Amino acid sequence: MENKMMNLISNTDNTKGIISGINGPVVYVKGNTGFKISEMVYVGKERLVGEVINLSQEQTTLQVYEETTGLKPGDPVTATGDAISVTLGPGILNNIFDGIERPLGDIAKSTGAFIGRGVQVDALDTEKKWKVHMTVKKGDYVSGGSIIAEVQETSSIVHKSMVPPKVEGQVLSAVTDGDYTINDVIAVVQLADGTEYPLRLAQKWPIRIPRPVSSRYAASKPLITGQRILDTLFPIAKGGTAAVPGGFGTGKTMTQHQIAKWADADIIVYVGCGERGNEMTQVLEDFSKLTDPRTKKPLMDRTTLIANTSNMPVAAREASIYTGITLAEYYRDMGYDVAIMADSTSRWAEALRELSGRLEEMPAEEGFPAYLATRLSQFYERAGHMKNLNGTEGSVSIIGAVSPQGGDFSEPVTQNTKRFVRCFWGLDKSLAYARHFPAIHWLTSYSEYLQDLSPWYTKNVAHNFIDYRNQIMTLLNQESSLMEIVKLIGSDVLPDDQKLILEIAKVIRVGFLQQNAFHPEDTCVPMEKQYRMMEVILYLYSRSKALIALGMPMRILKESDIFERISSIKYDVPNDKLAMFDDYHKEIDAFYDSVMEKNA
Amino acid sequence: MSIEYLGLSEINGPLIALEGVQDAAYEEIVEITVDMKEKKLGRVVEIYEDKAVIQVFEGSDNMSLKNTHTRFTGRPMEIGLSEDMLGRTFNGIGQPIDDLGPIDTIDKRNVNGSPLNPVAREYPRNYIHTGISAIDGLTTLIRGQKLPIFSGNGLPHDQLAAQLVRQASLGADSDEQFAIVFAAMGVKHDVADYFKRTFEQSGASDHVVMFLNLANDPVVERLITPKVALTTAEYLAFEKNMHILVILTDMTSFAEALREVSSSKGEIPSRKGYPGYLYSEFATLYERAGIIHGSSGSVTQIPILTMPNDDITHPIPDLTAYITEGQIVLDRTLNGQSIYPPIGILPSLSRLMKDGIGEGFTRKDHQDLANQLFSSYARVGEARALASVIGEDELSDIDKIYLTFGKAFEEQYLRQKETENRSMEETLDLGWKLLSMLPKEELDRVNTTILEEFYHPSEEKN
Repeated sequence: MENKMMNLISNTDNTKGIISGINGPVVYVKGNTGFKISEMVYVGKERLVGEVINLSQEQTTLQVYEETTGLKPGDPVTATGDAISVTLGPGILNNIFDGIERPLGDIAKSTGAFIGRGVQVDALDTEKKWKVHMTVKKGDYVSGGSIIAEVQETSSIVHKSMVPPKVEGQVLSAVTDGDYTINDVIAVVQLADGTEYPLRLAQKWPIRIPRPVSSRYAASKPLITGQRILDTLFPIAKGGTAAVPGGFGTGKTMTQHQIAKWADADIIVYVGCGERGNEMTQVLEDFSKLTDPRTKKPLMDRTTLIANTSNMPVAAREASIYTGITLAEYYRDMGYDVAIMADSTSRWAEALRELSGRLEEMPAEEGFPAYLATRLSQFYERAGHMKNLNGTEGSVSIIGAVSPQGGDFSEPVTQNTKRFVRCFWGLDKSLAYARHFPAIHWLTSYSEYLQDLSPWYTKNVAHNFIDYRNQIMTLLNQESSLMEIVKLIGSDVLPDDQKLILEIAKVIRVGFLQQNAFHPEDTCVPMEKQYRMMEVILYLYSRSKALIALGMPMRILKESDIFERISSIKYDVPNDKLAMFDDYHKEIDAFYDSVMEKNA
Repeated sequence: MSIEYLGLSEINGPLIALEGVQDAAYEEIVEITVDMKEKKLGRVVEIYEDKAVIQVFEGSDNMSLKNTHTRFTGRPMEIGLSEDMLGRTFNGIGQPIDDLGPIDTIDKRNVNGSPLNPVAREYPRNYIHTGISAIDGLTTLIRGQKLPIFSGNGLPHDQLAAQLVRQASLGADSDEQFAIVFAAMGVKHDVADYFKRTFEQSGASDHVVMFLNLANDPVVERLITPKVALTTAEYLAFEKNMHILVILTDMTSFAEALREVSSSKGEIPSRKGYPGYLYSEFATLYERAGIIHGSSGSVTQIPILTMPNDDITHPIPDLTAYITEGQIVLDRTLNGQSIYPPIGILPSLSRLMKDGIGEGFTRKDHQDLANQLFSSYARVGEARALASVIGEDELSDIDKIYLTFGKAFEEQYLRQKETENRSMEETLDLGWKLLSMLPKEELDRVNTTILEEFYHPSEEKN
C-alpha cells in the first residue's frame, strides 16, 4: 500500500507526453514536453524503456530499448527524471545482463525462454542480504570515492561500496557490521549545506558520463594475457586500448574469449554487442566451469557479462557499450584492474547508423553518421590507468573487436578506431584459412605501448627480453621479403643463409606464434616460458647460422629433426617444468657437433 | 474496433498511406478490401499522428484512391499453428495453397517472434551426420546451428541442400522426431518443384512444411515468408519437441525485397542501397535457431544465398556470415572441374564444430586431422600459384608432392556422388589416407601422440 502511494506521488511529479509517431525504434512525442536530453522515459502502456535523444519546440524524439510493435499515437510517455543509468553495487559479478543492465536470469523467470516486452526487473537483487563490514564510523569525514563498506561479493572479489562522486561531509551515523540489502541505508552524511545524504551499498550512475578520477598515470604495466603473440610481440598496457579487427571467421571472438579467460586482470567485463546468442551461452557455460589460474576460483566470479545479441532491439545495443564501460569504471574505482572486451564495436557503430538513418540525419562515409569518430573516441578515452578519488590505483583496459565490412580495413569504423587505440591486432583471412590461430598478422599489427613497457619487461622477465623480441620481429620481416622472391622463382635458388631464415621463421610461426586454445598447456603460457621459447629458437638460429657460415648446406641441417623438435616445444614442455629448456640447449649443441663430425 | 476507412490518400508501389486514422498501432495488420471483392493483407510500417503508412503484402495492383475499404485488426501479424501443418504447402504469408483446407487451430503466434534469452539457451554440442565428407570432416554441422550455404548463380546449391535433407540424420541411436520447414523466397518454379520432388522421392514429404513465395509472387510477401517459416519451426521444436531443419532459400531475394520496400518508403540507404537495418533484420531471422534448456527439440537453419557476382564481400553474404555460425562456400572453379559438391573448403567454416567433435562425439583425432587438412590444402594453393609462374617442373620436390596431394584431395575427399552417404569413420580414415601422401615433418598441426597413432604412410603404400 505504502509503495503504491509512493508511486502515485512520484507519477504526478513526472512530466508526461503523448506519442505522435513511430518509426522502428524511434518514437516521436508532440510538442515541448519538458523532458531532458538523455533522460530515461517509459513509453506506452507497457512502459517500454526509452531515452530522449532530441528536443525541439515542436517535437521530442525518443529511442526505445524494446520492440515498438503495437505502440499507438496517443499512448502516454512518462519521464523518470533521471538520465539513463545503471545501478552499481554488489551482485554485478557472476551475472549476465542485457544492454540496459536488466539481469537476463530474472527476465527468463518473468517471461520464459523468450524475452518479453516491458519487463520490470531490478538491476541487482534487492532482497539478498549481504554480509557487510563497515569501514567508516560516526564522525569520519568522507568525500566522493571514500570506501564506506566492504562485502565479499564473490569468492574472489571484495566489493567496496563508495561515497558517490561529489558527495562530501561528516558521517552522522553508520550501521554496525551485519547483513543488509543494497537498498538499506548503511550510513548518513551531512553535506556542507546541512542536508543529510543517505548512503547505501548501491548507487546509480548515468552510463554516458565517465566516472571522475583524480589523475591519470602513464602506462607502465602490461596486461599479461598468456597469448604469446600479444604478450611478446604486441603487448597492451594495463589501462590501454586495443582493437582486434578481422573479417568473419578470422577469430575475433576467440581472441576475446582467450583474453577474458587468461588475462591477469582482477575483473572482466564482457560485452556481447550485437553478436550471436550461442556465443554468450558458451561464455556463460565455459566460464562457470573454468578456474582462474591465479586465484583458483571460478572465472565467472570475476566476470560480468552484458549480452545484447544481434536480434535484441537495436537501441539497447547502442547502450550496451556504455553500460559495460560504466560497470568497469566502478570496479576500477575500488582499486581493481579491469579489462573490458567489447565484441563487437562495429555492431555498435551500425546501431548508431541505423538510428541515425531513422532520424533522417545527413549520412557521412558509408552511411555512418558524421559523429561516429567522436563517439568512438569518447568510448576509448574512458580507458586508462588512474589514480582514483579515494587514492587507490586502478585501471580499465579496453579491447574492442571490429568487424569490418568485407574484411576491408579501410572502412570507416576500422579507420576511426585506429586513431583512438594504441594497439592494433589485425586478423588475417589467409592465416585463418590455413587455420593458423591466433590469426593475428605480425606485419599489419602494432603496439605503441612497447616503449612504455620495456622497463617492466627488462626488470620482471629478462634484461634482454626486448632485444630477443626485436630479433624475432626482424626474422619475420626478412622472411616476408624473401617470400616475395620465392613466389616468383621458387625457394631452391636461394642461398643457404636465406634458406635458413625461411626455416627459422617457420619455426617461429609454427612453434611460437601459433597457439592452440584447446590444448591444456598451450592455451595460456607464462611469460617465463614465452621468453625461454624465444631464447631456444634464437639459439638454434645462431648455431645453425654458424654451421652455414662454415659452408654446410641447408640440406644437411635439415636431415636432423631438430627444427620440428623445437617447433613442438609448446606441447612438449609443460608450463611448470621449464627446466626442460636446458635439455633443448644441449640437444642443439649435440646437433651442431654431430653435423660438424659427419661433414668435417 | 471495426471502423472501416474508405479510400486512401496515397499509393506508392507496395505502400499505401491513409489519413485520419485513429488508434492504429505500429506493425498492426490491416485487411483491405478492393472493389468490395478482392481481399488483401497489409502491415502498418510507419505512423505519424493520424497518418499510417501500410505495406500491402499482395502488392497494390487494382487499388485506387477510392475503391478500398481498410480495416485495422488490432493485432500484429499472426499465424495459426498446429502439427497438422506437416505435409502441407502454404503461400509466403502462411495461407494454405494445396486445396486441403485451412489449418484448424487455436494456437496463434506473432510471426515476429521474440529474442531468445541467452540464459535460456543450451549451447549446441551434438553433430548432425550428413554423409558428405567436406561437411562432416571439415565443417561439421551441429544441431541447433545456423550454417548458410554461400553459392552463386548456376552452382549446385539446390542439389547440395536436397542431399543434406535426404542424408541428415541424428545418429543411429536416435528415435526422435525430425521434420523440415522449407521456405522459398523469390525462387523459380523449377527450383520449388525440384525440392518438392526430392521430398517426395525420399519419402520425407509428410514431414515437410513448405512456404512458397515464388519469383513472380508479390515482393512484400517475401519479407514475411521467413518469419512465418521460423515461427512454425519454433512451435514444432520448442512446443512439440521435434528436431527441425529449416531451409531458407534464397536470402538474396529477401534482401532485395527489403531494399525495394525501403527505397519506396524514402529511407536513407546505407551500403549498396540496402537499408541501415539490414543487419538487424537478418539477425532477427538467423538468431531464431538453437536449443532451449528443458526442451528436447531444436531448430537448425541452413539458409541459402547466391552471392551477387560471386562476391563474398557483398553486404548480403558479409552480414550473414557475421551472424551465422560459419558458412559453406561453393567454388566455381571446382564446379568447372565437375567436382560435386564443389565446396571451397578454405573459406568454409563451422564455428560450433570444435565443441561437437572429438572424443565422445566423433573421434579423438577429428580436430587435429581437420586442422591439418585445412593447413595442407592452403599450402597446395601456394604451390599452384608458384607453378603457374615458374612451371611445374621447376617446383621443389615438396611442392610437387603438394600438387599431387591437392589433386587427390579434390578427387577423393571432396568429390562424391549425390547419393553417396559416407560414414564418419570413412571420412576420417580417408583424411588420414590422403595425409599419408605427405612426409611426416609437414604435419605440424597434429599432436604428437595422435600422429603416432593415425599416421601410417608405409601401410598405405602397400
